[in-house]
Amino acid sequence: MSFKEEKHGVVKITAAPHVRSAESTTRIMWSVVLSLLPVTAASIWFFGPSAVLVIGASVAGCLLTERLFGGQRNSISDGSAMITGLLLGLCLPAGFPLWMAFIGGVFGIGFGKIIFGGLGQNIFNPALLGRAFLQAAFPVAITTWPGPAPDWWVLRGDNFALPFMSPGAADAVTGATPLGNLKFGDDPVATPLLDLLLGTTSGSLGETSALLILLGGIYLAIRGHLNWHIPVSILVSVFAFSGVFYWLGLSPFSPLFMLFSGGLMLGAWYMATDMVTSPVTHTGCWVFGVSIGLLVVIIRIWGGLPEGVMYAILLMNALVPFINRATQPRKFGSPRGKPEPAAEKES
Amino acid sequence: MAARLKIPGLPSFRNGVHPPENKDLTSGIPSRRLPFPDEVILPLSQHIGRPAEALVKPGDRVERGDVIAKASGYVSSFVHATASGTVKSIEHWPHPAGAMQPSVRIDVDPHSTQLQRPRLVPHWDEVPAEQLSEEISKAGIVGLGGAAFPMHVKLRPPEDQPVDVLMVNGSECEPYLTSDHRTMLERPEHVHQGIRIVLRALGISRAVIGIEVNKPDAIEIMRETAPTDLDVRVQPLTVKYPQGAEKMLIKAVTGREVPSGKLPASVGALVQNVATTASVAQVFETGQPLIERIITVSGRGIRQPGNWVIPFGTKLSDVIAACGGFTEDASEIVFGGPMMGQSQASLDVPVLKATGGILVLSKSECKRQDILPCIRCGKCIDACPVFLNPQLMGALARVDRFEEMTENNLGDCMLCGCCSFVCPSNIPLSQLFAMSKIQLSRLKAA
Repeated sequence: MSFKEEKHGVVKITAAPHVRSAESTTRIMWSVVLSLLPVTAASIWFFGPSAVLVIGASVAGCLLTERLFGGQRNSISDGSAMITGLLLGLCLPAGFPLWMAFIGGVFGIGFGKIIFGGLGQNIFNPALLGRAFLQAAFPVAITTWPGPAPDWWVLRGDNFALPFMSPGAADAVTGATPLGNLKFGDDPVATPLLDLLLGTTSGSLGETSALLILLGGIYLAIRGHLNWHIPVSILVSVFAFSGVFYWLGLSPFSPLFMLFSGGLMLGAWYMATDMVTSPVTHTGCWVFGVSIGLLVVIIRIWGGLPEGVMYAILLMNALVPFINRATQPRKFGSPRGKPEPAAEKES
Repeated sequence: MAARLKIPGLPSFRNGVHPPENKDLTSGIPSRRLPFPDEVILPLSQHIGRPAEALVKPGDRVERGDVIAKASGYVSSFVHATASGTVKSIEHWPHPAGAMQPSVRIDVDPHSTQLQRPRLVPHWDEVPAEQLSEEISKAGIVGLGGAAFPMHVKLRPPEDQPVDVLMVNGSECEPYLTSDHRTMLERPEHVHQGIRIVLRALGISRAVIGIEVNKPDAIEIMRETAPTDLDVRVQPLTVKYPQGAEKMLIKAVTGREVPSGKLPASVGALVQNVATTASVAQVFETGQPLIERIITVSGRGIRQPGNWVIPFGTKLSDVIAACGGFTEDASEIVFGGPMMGQSQASLDVPVLKATGGILVLSKSECKRQDILPCIRCGKCIDACPVFLNPQLMGALARVDRFEEMTENNLGDCMLCGCCSFVCPSNIPLSQLFAMSKIQLSRLKAA
């Protein structure tokens, strides 16, 4: 008597283990999207319809590219392209022309991910690669920060500029970001910490409110969808190094200002923690995070740009394979720190 | 799943996973005796090592407890008739491990009283230690924790690696299974008596019984019945899979790590399962060899989950019938626990010495999930109890780079399934490793 006869159904034969955790890649990805919603909502609150348009254009670029070139598997449903689109949109200025945001999404997914073989194969964070491309291609547009708008529904710049035309004169007044102001401003004044926390300041769409990013990040860390070692090591490292340089009088940025300004929070909680492009071991994550922190501080203080989070993360992304190789787990039964010689064999 | 808080003060090992326990389905159900089936099928290979050599031929009358096959080498084991009857044939028969295996088929005599022949067994306290291990070998005793390693081999540790502590494994970390739990509750004196005999065979006097704290009643009863003249201690352990794995148990209790490729004896320890020691006690008490054990029949695909004393060789179909049959949504039958057990394709397979559980999982308990690409989240590395890098090894296995897997310590992998369990992309890591091990041994043989 076979199971089939007994059951009038199909018997399942699988390899052990026969039970699996409820965790799934798709669930991780979509809960990252979910945790970004407050930040997105805040960006719409601060920057009006421009935020919707810019984020929408970048998401559209990502999803379309994923759909067209992502292979046979319906890879949009895994949510990773959605995250890339959302993150890219959130690190662009409000007045950014939509076609550029769209191109950024196409580049991020196409050249940042699919060209390497799709999900899980890429070396660099696709959203950051998309932004780096935009930074190189449109350096003026990406550093044009809108000032306060008279009304919520006013566009914060020439969002509808046509491709390859120079953007029309911005209606709104442009204002420097807190970092740029303190570094290059004629009258350098540190933005109050409360404004940095709440996001009532100039900057990229989703980078302004450190508080909401922190909340989203902590939510993910508690759910186990984010490796907390990475953001913590980055923030500790930025705080420590900038503290030392501030104390030595080499830097105009106080450690707390460093922590809450610019793209650091978004970068530390959402970009650097991208599982695909970060190290696999906890030791590796600390090496990765501390290095990113140091690079951020160096670029911010001495670099030619006001902000360095993007390049710091991309640089360390490139080193992840080496970090992984150098931080392999200790072999069970061998003393800590001393890997058992591989040649030793039981006869 | 958020990481569970560690209970301070309770020893454990690093990493591991927390699968849903599902032990309350059967943990409160006392074991009952399954009716003797119409026939029993006794494979000659129910243990690690060489298959036993059949001593009977078709037509022979055998009584319950008679030897029907003898060990064919040092690492081998005796097989006994588990029910009185007539040998019908010796033929290839479906084996729970997958392939067809030579097996002795016995037609069970429906009119037999199923009593064994009186057998003379020396008193365990009066014979030399070597004779103890010989008696244990003749009784066909193998490790009942799952590996079925012949016990007498373990009782002779290498000369240069003396054992100073016997580790008795009552952790039962596999979800669903409660047979060891019931053994401790129902036969604590047998477990302790077995420990006593094994200690004498080893010539030592120290034993530690490791029990996960999800079995407080077992911890209590084992403490109450512990002998006072020996150094036998009960050690409560953190509930975590695979706490019952030899290396993990030793690490948790003694803090010592068994080096790669070495035996537990290299750190002075020897591990025996509680059900094994209970069966040792039975040999010297009534002369009954290893012919039956408590088996958990559980899962949401079976109508009446429970614990049963089942003679080996009973066919799966007889067990299922005795437990009320399948439910509507039964979907998979597993011999062993859900983490390391083996799927069964036939209802004709017999219950073996190492079968601690029979699970019938429903559709909702073993959902099929799509395999997605690895996203290098590192959860498998955090789960691996022997500190491997399953992520890297999985990638190597998929492109047949088996030698490189050996360099990454594939040999240390015990196929516990933690990596597969946690993988959010549902990559069948432990299956890949099992196949790689087979491929490697083929390459070596060629």
